Amino acid sequence: MDALLLQVLNGLDKGGAYALIALGLTLVFGTLGVVNFAHGALFMLGAFCTVTLQKILGTSVRVRDESVTFFEAYKEVPYLVLWFGDAGKAVLQWVVPLSILLAIPVMMLIGLVMERGLIRHFYKRPHAEQILVTFGLAIVLQEIIKAMFGANPIPQVVPPIFSGSAEIGEWLGLGPGVSYPWWRLIYLAFSLSVVGAVFAFLQRTTYGMTVRAGMADRETVGLLGIDIENRFTLVFGLAAVVAGLAGVMYTPVLPPDYHMGMDFLVLSFVVVVVGGMGSLGGAVAAGFLLGIVQSFASMTFIKEILPGIDQIIIYLIAVGILLARPRGLMGRKGVMET
Amino acid sequence: MSETRDTISVPGSLPSVSRRGVLKGSLAVGAALGMPTILTRPAWAQSGFRNDPGSGATVTFGFNVPQTGAYADEGADELRAFELAVKHINGEGDGGLLKTMKPLALRGNGVLGKKVQFVTGDTQTKADAARASAKRMIEKDGVIMFSGGSSSAVAVAQQALAQEMGVVFMNGLTHSNDTTGKDRRRYGFRHFFNAYMSGVALAPVLKEELGADRRAYHLTADYTWGWTQEESLKNATEAMGWETVATVRTPLGAGDFSQYITPVLNSGADVLILNHYGKDMVNSLTQAVQFGLRDKMVNGKKFEIVVPLYSRLMAQGAGENIKGILGTKNWNWSLQDEASLTFVKSFGQAYGFPPSQAAQTCYVQTLLYADACERAGTFHPPAVIKALEDFQFDGTGDGPTLYRGADHQCFKRVLVVRGKMNPTSQFDLLEVVKEVPADVVTYDPNMFGGELGPYEV
Repeated sequence: MDALLLQVLNGLDKGGAYALIALGLTLVFGTLGVVNFAHGALFMLGAFCTVTLQKILGTSVRVRDESVTFFEAYKEVPYLVLWFGDAGKAVLQWVVPLSILLAIPVMMLIGLVMERGLIRHFYKRPHAEQILVTFGLAIVLQEIIKAMFGANPIPQVVPPIFSGSAEIGEWLGLGPGVSYPWWRLIYLAFSLSVVGAVFAFLQRTTYGMTVRAGMADRETVGLLGIDIENRFTLVFGLAAVVAGLAGVMYTPVLPPDYHMGMDFLVLSFVVVVVGGMGSLGGAVAAGFLLGIVQSFASMTFIKEILPGIDQIIIYLIAVGILLARPRGLMGRKGVMET
Repeated sequence: MSETRDTISVPGSLPSVSRRGVLKGSLAVGAALGMPTILTRPAWAQSGFRNDPGSGATVTFGFNVPQTGAYADEGADELRAFELAVKHINGEGDGGLLKTMKPLALRGNGVLGKKVQFVTGDTQTKADAARASAKRMIEKDGVIMFSGGSSSAVAVAQQALAQEMGVVFMNGLTHSNDTTGKDRRRYGFRHFFNAYMSGVALAPVLKEELGADRRAYHLTADYTWGWTQEESLKNATEAMGWETVATVRTPLGAGDFSQYITPVLNSGADVLILNHYGKDMVNSLTQAVQFGLRDKMVNGKKFEIVVPLYSRLMAQGAGENIKGILGTKNWNWSLQDEASLTFVKSFGQAYGFPPSQAAQTCYVQTLLYADACERAGTFHPPAVIKALEDFQFDGTGDGPTLYRGADHQCFKRVLVVRGKMNPTSQFDLLEVVKEVPADVVTYDPNMFGGELGPYEV
């Protein structure tokens, strides 16, 4: 029971990241009709907002390390620590939550520039061309990050208050000994909140309802005098922010490197296809489902029976679901079928 | 007309044979017979061996290290060590281990009177990329020797290439038993210790510190090094009474190991053995600590984590999490013998921090190759290989060492270390618990099988 609970939580964590990326991916597809293969790169750019803030706040001076006596050793001391002591150190430990404030405007801007500058020229082009250009864009973004920050993962710290584990066993009456890291619980809560916020925006606001109407019938909405193109542009920006925030919050779980977007893109694309192209609910459900399945496939007794199953289970499930339901779990008729 | 064409007419014979025809035929037959040799004979054959520096003033070494991927930190330090070794061989800097290594034929004027220059490559911690990079070094840059690590899969692939192309490969950091076991090659040499030695050295300390009644859970990097380390540790710990609960393979560079760590929590195991290295080990250890493993009590005992192959760079990456954790090392900068002190000072002055074990092994390997050429009096690989085989030396920071000819494995002391509880400096992260003498970790060369292959290729 304890083991199952932990694997479910672990799967929900991973699923949270998949769902947030897939949500933006399918939102852009549903509104603009574009298969955006650069969406994974937006996740990566979000993570690098944290790295950028860390670099800015961590600007340091090189000072002689007196504790090493047999050669001239140096250590880097951040100015923040030099000037503000423990307060400066505390700021550096809170860089991940702080970078959310940076990521929202930056990612919105990147999303808008991307849509206005490149993607909109490909609306009426075949899907294959959209895939090619967005994939190319993803590679360009990746290489820019590699040139700026290097190729190696850059670890990020969790604020001290969230380090360590929560005794979830005691919360649920399972007794002591069943614990789960605080930050991962926060990530799960965060991804559920963002999914909830996006759904609330689309379901409860007039703006969101217009967007949904545009998704269902762009021409009629246009005939009503609504500039749906502009709204869709904003949706693209919103999708970029969602992916970016997912990236920011994931940095303490997985130290960011330039390639992380591509790793997640492939899985997220599978998530979108399994959920049903253009289906928001499908993307979220499939994200969590595949996260949990992947987590269970890593359990010892399953790996003993089927070694390496954890590496391929997501693709096997995708094949199975597509054979049984070719439009995915919640796919609608007519999407990407013309 | 035929007379003017020098036709030789033989009375009674059927066709007439012309002199020109005979010449043409001979040429054709000669070309046909010679063709295989022309096609297969390499360009270097005339000089006797590939990339012979001949009468040139320089000789080129190739340093192929992981500059990206899970082992990139080790790769960066290896590169620093290679550069330093070349400087010292060429007579620049403070001379480093040229002052302490015995016996030594090098005189600080290059190798056989030629200045050493070098080219570098990125293995990306991938066997195919490493092979492509090494091939470029051999074919385009004309390296006489190449070296580098980390990752045993990469090492094994490069050794095979070395044998194919007849260029010596001096392994950097590679810890798999296979490197000098079933995948050993005549053209490959390893100074670093291996997983078997780790198991033999570590097991008695584990028994002493953690007891003989323990249940171990292995998380293992899924490639040659991980497999052999898991096997060696499993054999060594089971021989002293431990039980192995499970051995789980994880992909190299997985990043997030949480899905593999959660099953450990309820497995009944009271020891987690992390057969991971580099960033993988930093991530898996950090995540294991985040999941509260080190605070748990299981089977009435405190849960423990063991990292059989340690490095200071990993300890730096893992920070506080490394404290108190046991493992083994090839070499540590805190050793107080003359050679270690000399090397640390030399490296520290050059770069501002002490060398890692990866750096030490790469530095020593470069010196050993250069010295072997000097002793052999030639760069001819078979002669250099023979000079390295069964060579006994000291003064490199490892104590008396034998480069065993039967499998090209070095035999020297192995260090059992522990994450230091109270570091005195930013580098003072590991303490040496025990120095295990070479004879304790020496084994039969046939234990892991394998064939070295021929000298001449």
